Amino acid sequence: MLEIRDLHAKVEGREILRGIDLRVNAGEVHAIMGPNGSGKSTLAQVLAGRDSYQVTAGEVRYEGRDLLTLAPEERAVAGIFLSFQYPVEIPGVGNLYFMRTALNALRLQRGLEAIDAMDFLTLAKEKMKLVEMDPSFVNRSVNEGFSGGEKKRNEILQMAILEPKLAILDETDSGLDIDALRTIAAGVNALRAPDRALLVVTHYQRLLEYIVPDHVHVMVNGRLVASGGKDLALELEKRGYAGFEPQPATPATNATRTAVGARP
Amino acid sequence: MSAVQNELRAFTEREYQYGFVTEIETDEVPRGLNEDVIRLISSKKNEPEWLLAWRLKAYRHWLTMAEPSWANVVHPPIDYQDIIYYSAPKPKGPGLKSLDEVDPEVRAMFNKLGISLAEQERLSGVAVDAIVDSVSVGTTFKDKLAAVGVIFCSFSEAVRDHPELVREYLGSVVPYSDNKHATLNSAVFTDGSFCYIPKGLRCPMELSTYFRINAADTGQFERTLIIADEGSYVSYLEGCTAPIRDKNQLHAAVVELVALKDAQIKYSTVQNWYPGDAEGRGGIFNFVTKRGKCAGANSKISWTQVETGSAITWKYPSVILQGDNSVGEFYSVALTANRQQADTGTKMIHIGKNTRSTILSKGISAGRGQNTYRGLVKILPGATGARNHTQCDSLLLGDQCGAHTFPYIEVKNPSARVEHEASTSKIGEDQLFYCRQRGIPAEDAVSMIVNGFCREVFKELPMEFAVEAQKLLSVSLEGCVG
Repeated sequence: MLEIRDLHAKVEGREILRGIDLRVNAGEVHAIMGPNGSGKSTLAQVLAGRDSYQVTAGEVRYEGRDLLTLAPEERAVAGIFLSFQYPVEIPGVGNLYFMRTALNALRLQRGLEAIDAMDFLTLAKEKMKLVEMDPSFVNRSVNEGFSGGEKKRNEILQMAILEPKLAILDETDSGLDIDALRTIAAGVNALRAPDRALLVVTHYQRLLEYIVPDHVHVMVNGRLVASGGKDLALELEKRGYAGFEPQPATPATNATRTAVGARP
Repeated sequence: MSAVQNELRAFTEREYQYGFVTEIETDEVPRGLNEDVIRLISSKKNEPEWLLAWRLKAYRHWLTMAEPSWANVVHPPIDYQDIIYYSAPKPKGPGLKSLDEVDPEVRAMFNKLGISLAEQERLSGVAVDAIVDSVSVGTTFKDKLAAVGVIFCSFSEAVRDHPELVREYLGSVVPYSDNKHATLNSAVFTDGSFCYIPKGLRCPMELSTYFRINAADTGQFERTLIIADEGSYVSYLEGCTAPIRDKNQLHAAVVELVALKDAQIKYSTVQNWYPGDAEGRGGIFNFVTKRGKCAGANSKISWTQVETGSAITWKYPSVILQGDNSVGEFYSVALTANRQQADTGTKMIHIGKNTRSTILSKGISAGRGQNTYRGLVKILPGATGARNHTQCDSLLLGDQCGAHTFPYIEVKNPSARVEHEASTSKIGEDQLFYCRQRGIPAEDAVSMIVNGFCREVFKELPMEFAVEAQKLLSVSLEGCVG
């Protein structure tokens, strides 16, 4: 489904991704773990098409297409969804209206008929049960005045409504108490499907107790320095990220040296 | 420049869709301004002597007045001698007896604008006074309204048929000497709408005036006078458009509202005069004085405006809160794109006890637009217990536009409570990206974000107008994502 080859990207002139290789198949759940500043969120944003991130080398193929040439909305139409680390507030725009506009934008691009307000309300109410969201949220403005947990719930609700093929969850666990974390993880698990892949970006192993990944990758300094099964997350918990950095043989260190040396 | 900025820019550089010209035979007075022109206008309208005297008094005062220079707008000096002060579609017959006799060309023009001059049609809840250039060409539902005691007619008819009301209230809210533009209007005004709601009546339909400038080189100077007698209620709508022309045209109108004891007036405007092109050529100078007087106790006047047109907007719909417990409201959305300039706001003058006012202003600047909010809240010594709440929000689209806020607050009574909140935000790349990530194309996303920003004001508009305003805003923003 998704194949990333030697991906390099810059933000404001600073190289953040220094050669990422990753392959994600339909039905799989991949976790990307790493310390702050390792480039996890940058990878998520680059895949979603944020234009302040500049891809300098490498390629990303998604269902056989060159993903990097597509505009963000085209990627959404193609089935890519990003659950934001910091969901954005849009004052005055009703939450339900926003979601229906998004769903209909996707449907129209896919040659389907728009869904009307009544049918959409029924759909939204059903999906809201999944994340145990209070029905009063539909009448509020998008994310405005939502608590951290409510915002994250709202992201997963959108994911449930838009039914993406590849969902990228960027630090979905940050700022959540344990109850909210459980609810949201249950919502995400309910959305696991053979034709859907998940890329879970997280700092802590905690989320992975609830959303159990098939593969775990460790990102340090803009590179994936280790990959393994779900046990790798537990190992990380014990050793910490520090354990991955000083090993002179890891490609990450080499890459860092190369990059530093190459800087003008 | 990022892709987002390009899209934002494309979104603001839009086409004006009401820019057509209709070929109508017109009756005009010679170009320029002097006492003879004023006498000629007055005689064309068969006006009584007192009105001509009032005009001339205004004109002589106008000659002594300097051009106002305090507004935050830039334009070349206006050549008052290069304006045609009266231009009227020539009547085809001996005089209009009924709406059926309206010139088919004029009727077709209004149809094209989406305004029906037929009484049976869909918009049956709205009565329209249609004004082209200098005169009213027809007023719908006049008879039906007269049956319940509402007087709704052109200003000229009101002078002829209800001189006592006109004489009592003309200039009672905006005196002839008020300001340069209002004084000019007092001297040369050609027509407008007049409305009187009798005691205790809730006006059964929305009343409206549609202003159309069609002829070249003319100015439009109309007056609206609305009187709501004790305990009555009226909702009044105003819309306006003009053809695309390279030369600036002056629109200097005066609107006076009078609300007597327990009366309420709701006045809504969707202003869409030709804004000029992307380089700032042409467009209407919209220099308008609008003011209401809450003359009686417990009366209420509410202004709602959506200003998307005009090269320059200079407009401060105000309320004089004279009656005890009277209420003034001002809800405004002003959009400036391309090189448009707007200096707009309100004045709330608290005189009576326990008077209350609310100001909610939303300014949107795009392209190289400059948007200024200017407001005065004045609490006089007798206004014990007066309260005001002001909120001014500005939204910037792109990095070449400007938003400015000039709030003036004068409080002379210690029991008054005055609050002012202001915010400025830039349409975020974050917001746009969030929408686009969900599949919403950039242009739709900007339109959605801007409409959300304006929602508190739009909900004050009558239903049909609110839909119209949203559409207008989207069209006005087309091409200005930046």
